[in-house]
Amino acid sequence: MTFFFEVLINGLLMGIMYSLVALGFALIYKASDVFNMAQGAMSLLAGLALVGFLEMSFPLWLALLCTVGIMIILAYSTVFFVLKPLVNRPPLMLFMATFGIMYLLEGIGQSIWGTDAKGLNIGIPEISFEIRGILMNTFDLTFAGVAALLVASLVWFFQKTRTGRALRAVSDDHEAALSVGIPLLKAWAVTWVIAGIVATVAGVAWGSRLGVQFSLGYIAFKALPVLIIGGIDSIPGAIIAGLIVGAGETLAEVFIGPYVGGGIQTFFPYLIALLVLYFKPYGLFGKEIIERV
Amino acid sequence: MEPAPLLKVNNIEVIYEHVILVLKGVSLDVYEGQIASLLGANGAGKSTTLKAISNLVKAERGEVTKGTVEFDGKRVDRLFAPALVKMGVIQIMEGRHTFEHLTVEDDLLTGAYTRGRDKKGIKEALDRVYGYFPRLKERRSAKTGYISGGEMQMCAIGRGLMAKPRIMLLDEPSMGLAPLLVKEIFEIIVRLNKEENVGMLLAEQNAAMALEYAEYGYVMENGRVVLDGDAETLKNNADVKEFYLGLTEIGKKSYRDVKHYHRRKRWLA
Ligand SMILES: Nc1ncnc2c1ncn2[C@@H]1O[C@H](COP(=O)(O)OP(=O)(O)OP(=O)(O)O)[C@@H](O)[C@H]1O
Ligand SMILES: [Mg+2]
Repeated sequence: MTFFFEVLINGLLMGIMYSLVALGFALIYKASDVFNMAQGAMSLLAGLALVGFLEMSFPLWLALLCTVGIMIILAYSTVFFVLKPLVNRPPLMLFMATFGIMYLLEGIGQSIWGTDAKGLNIGIPEISFEIRGILMNTFDLTFAGVAALLVASLVWFFQKTRTGRALRAVSDDHEAALSVGIPLLKAWAVTWVIAGIVATVAGVAWGSRLGVQFSLGYIAFKALPVLIIGGIDSIPGAIIAGLIVGAGETLAEVFIGPYVGGGIQTFFPYLIALLVLYFKPYGLFGKEIIERV
Repeated sequence: MEPAPLLKVNNIEVIYEHVILVLKGVSLDVYEGQIASLLGANGAGKSTTLKAISNLVKAERGEVTKGTVEFDGKRVDRLFAPALVKMGVIQIMEGRHTFEHLTVEDDLLTGAYTRGRDKKGIKEALDRVYGYFPRLKERRSAKTGYISGGEMQMCAIGRGLMAKPRIMLLDEPSMGLAPLLVKEIFEIIVRLNKEENVGMLLAEQNAAMALEYAEYGYVMENGRVVLDGDAETLKNNADVKEFYLGLTEIGKKSYRDVKHYHRRKRWLA
């Protein structure tokens, strides 16, 4: 039983990583109806920038601040140079544009900071310890804490603040939002900034585990089943589905894997996603399309 | 001397998508505290006129290409829609655009977006809206996607009131509502006009109702104002009676004229 919990907790910790990536997608999709292919590349860029600043021997807080600064510049440039000219165009065009952003970010990141995989150490100690026989370590717990804090502040921001409410309005009806005086471009820029911050946290989390490398840009694809399960525009959905996928795939790999020759981890999330789609086409928490008849 | 109009639309032309000419020179005035109505059949250009004033046309890839719009003596046709809201020009869009996943109260509060952090003023405004629409207060925590059509229209108007309007551009508030509700909505509009001193420009297909409550009317056809006058005068105008109020004086017009008009009307729609 202890072993089961150990695997479960490991899976959940993995799940937090997925949640973070999915969260970035969900935020942007909610606000501007764009499936942002560049979300993974944003994490890569944040990771690269952070490593870069740390190599320039910036203190950690300053390096983080500068990284977030870069994400803010990125958010505003995306909104004003890419989204603004494409307002009111078919969604497919915006989707394609985010592909462009993805390649651009990867290119820029690598031409500045090179293509080598880099270790990222932000100085969180990794001390293992046991609680009731379950093995844990301080690094994972710290990240779980940071992620929880991030999510709690997002929920508070969207539910309780004037800007958060305005962003929710924008996600429901762009033109009506404009008619009450909410500037759309500003609302989108704020959303992209938030998504940039989330991407930074995800980039740091993944980068510290796996090193900052090109493949970080593709963690995005790990988020795909998470989004399907949680509902593409739901913040709680992204979090919970991330945890489900993380726990599910790890448990499946450990307990079912040996009977079928392993490798379940790669497709198991899609299996859950299919199952969810079958019963709940908008995902577990997706915004229902309210149809009045 | 006559007072200057609060809103002055001066011979505007609106083009959608750079090629579709929809308004072909529309002029109208709304005076402070007045209720003016804009009548016309489907596709006459009523909504486009309102959106040209509030500058929401831009969001639909439309543009005011000629003429001017003045509000309170200042030219506003080049302003950004939120700037107009801030000045007190509020459009209540056709078809009850509430934010369906927001609660009634949150939806109303978005109406005060341009008022920033004026907490006290916003709270007062909210109470005032609940005073006019007690039903909204009862349903304050329901999502607007699940309230009735009449409540949605109330919510849309109430949300407009949250912005400290000086003029409201109401686009077919009666659309799809039962006659009793229409009457209720119109009576609230008159109260807002009197008690809050909000000027109203009311686009309506329901001409009988609109002329009942408005002081002045403009009749649009095919992107132009073809007739205007006091509500009383318009009500007694033979063409308005026949084509918009549905009161035909049999015998005075030949059947062919009517048929001819209907044919024309279909072309316009
Ligand atoms: N976004 C748009 N792009 C292109 N043409 C448009 C657009 N919006 C409206 N039109 C056209 O402009 C004309 C006037 O439309 P408008 O909506 O202003 O009429 P209306 O008088 O409000 O009609 P209704 O009573 O049906 O609401 C119509 O022919 C319509 O097809
Ligand atoms: Mg209309």
